[in-house]
Amino acid sequence: LPLWSAERSNLAGVQHVLLVLSGKGGVGKSTVATELALALRVAGKRVGILDVDLCGPSIPRMFRVQESAVHQCDSGWVPVFAHQDKSISLMSIGFLLEKPDDAVVWRGPKKNALIKQFVSDVAWGELDFLIVDTPPGTSDEHISTVEALRPHKPLGAILVTTPQAVSVGDVRRELTFCKKTGLRVLGIVENMSGFVCPHCSECTNIFSKGGGEELAKHAGVPFLGSVPLDPQLSQSLEDGRDFIQEFPKSSAFPALAHIAQQILDGTSPRSS
Amino acid sequence: SSSSRDEVLRDKRAQIMSRGLPKQKPIEGVKQVLVLASGKGGVGKSTAAVNIALALAANDSTKEVGLLDADIYGPSIPKMMNLKGNPELTPKNLMRPLKNYGIACMSMGFLIEETAPVVWRGLMVMSAVEKLLRQVDWGQLDYLVIDMPPGTGDVQLSVSQNVPIAGAVIISTPQDIALLDARKGAEMFRKVHVPVLGLVQNMSVFQCPKCKHETHIFGADGVRDLAKSLELDILGDIPLHVNIRETSDSGQPVVISQPQSDA
Repeated sequence: LPLWSAERSNLAGVQHVLLVLSGKGGVGKSTVATELALALRVAGKRVGILDVDLCGPSIPRMFRVQESAVHQCDSGWVPVFAHQDKSISLMSIGFLLEKPDDAVVWRGPKKNALIKQFVSDVAWGELDFLIVDTPPGTSDEHISTVEALRPHKPLGAILVTTPQAVSVGDVRRELTFCKKTGLRVLGIVENMSGFVCPHCSECTNIFSKGGGEELAKHAGVPFLGSVPLDPQLSQSLEDGRDFIQEFPKSSAFPALAHIAQQILDGTSPRSS
Repeated sequence: SSSSRDEVLRDKRAQIMSRGLPKQKPIEGVKQVLVLASGKGGVGKSTAAVNIALALAANDSTKEVGLLDADIYGPSIPKMMNLKGNPELTPKNLMRPLKNYGIACMSMGFLIEETAPVVWRGLMVMSAVEKLLRQVDWGQLDYLVIDMPPGTGDVQLSVSQNVPIAGAVIISTPQDIALLDARKGAEMFRKVHVPVLGLVQNMSVFQCPKCKHETHIFGADGVRDLAKSLELDILGDIPLHVNIRETSDSGQPVVISQPQSDA
């Protein structure tokens, strides 16, 4: 066996790697990554989240573990566990900063070096899914992440967009990025799709509607679902709570659960 | 003595360092540069940049305003200003900015196809930003509004180090997640000695058009608390309104098309 191989690396125990991408910022990548992880956990899977957004790491806060620190072990860094039962493990630059407010103002090469370390030096152990949450755009972080993950054959990428035209335009570019880098697109999620007034139940399409679904049809990739604007979802992410377990009746729940189910169906042993 | 030797060493190190750092050079013809940043993506920088540029021009018709879209990876300005096409070149080989509603605009979006991603590493991005700043025939501008990309990386550093900036405005939505990043954005400007003029709270509240019930979808007043803790002013509070998105999508910014609306 060669000195380094995918079989012996820290990712050897990870069954499926999937990336959450978007050309546009603020569409809900971290939100979708978090909720997907929580839903997969309810289905009995062991999940890890790798947050490669070095400038704006949101993941630690969404699990209320922003004060945690990272420890070393023989095989490298130990990920931070979000719950007692160690069902969700996290790694983010947020854990490595001295103060949570510290700004990471780095140029490309330094970011690339850290991302390579995140991929190869974190002792993930046995995981069913590793979800990689990315920053917006198609820059250093994305190139480095895809290159570093290539030997581990990622399952594919979920693209998140909001329905409006400026977002869809950026995500169209991201689709081309995936094609160029040979990354399979598992599907498109249309987030912030409509808002139902809690008072009168009138639905207003604040950020428009249907843009993501149309893009999926046009590009020939699966459409995974539309997630509506849900103040309970925003609040639960602010507080670091488990939206999937605590708010199953909330308006965003059915869409999020459906997305998780499609991922599970796509990776069950029956399908090839 | 050892302390004077230390001092000599320190001075020598400072001298060597300052030789390597890029020098700030103002852009020809541009009086004041205003930067719109946030740290977080999707909070409304481009929307605000477009409407602020237009409002500056509308407030004082004698002022010339330019708009630079420094978001290389996700340029939104062309769509919002309803502009398309490759810029022409002047005899001096400078790019001519595209104009609409009286604002001169330049963006990466004019130089690439709509579906083409810009998959570049930092160094190429820096040189692209340099070109968008200096290889453009801006003419005589009173204000140049620069719409920054999300994050605190290469582009923000390049712009702050190369161009003297009159002031930066930081935009955020009320959520904690966005405020965390806004705080980092403010700290970044502090590190590179750019004055922060204040914060803008966007997407603060949504009023149901049917029953007028107000919902704080993304939380409430988070930006006010951050402004207080950073000792900055709140420059504005923008509500969520369907009109803003509708007019942005169709390329008719709300300041121009619906000046009497709440936004």
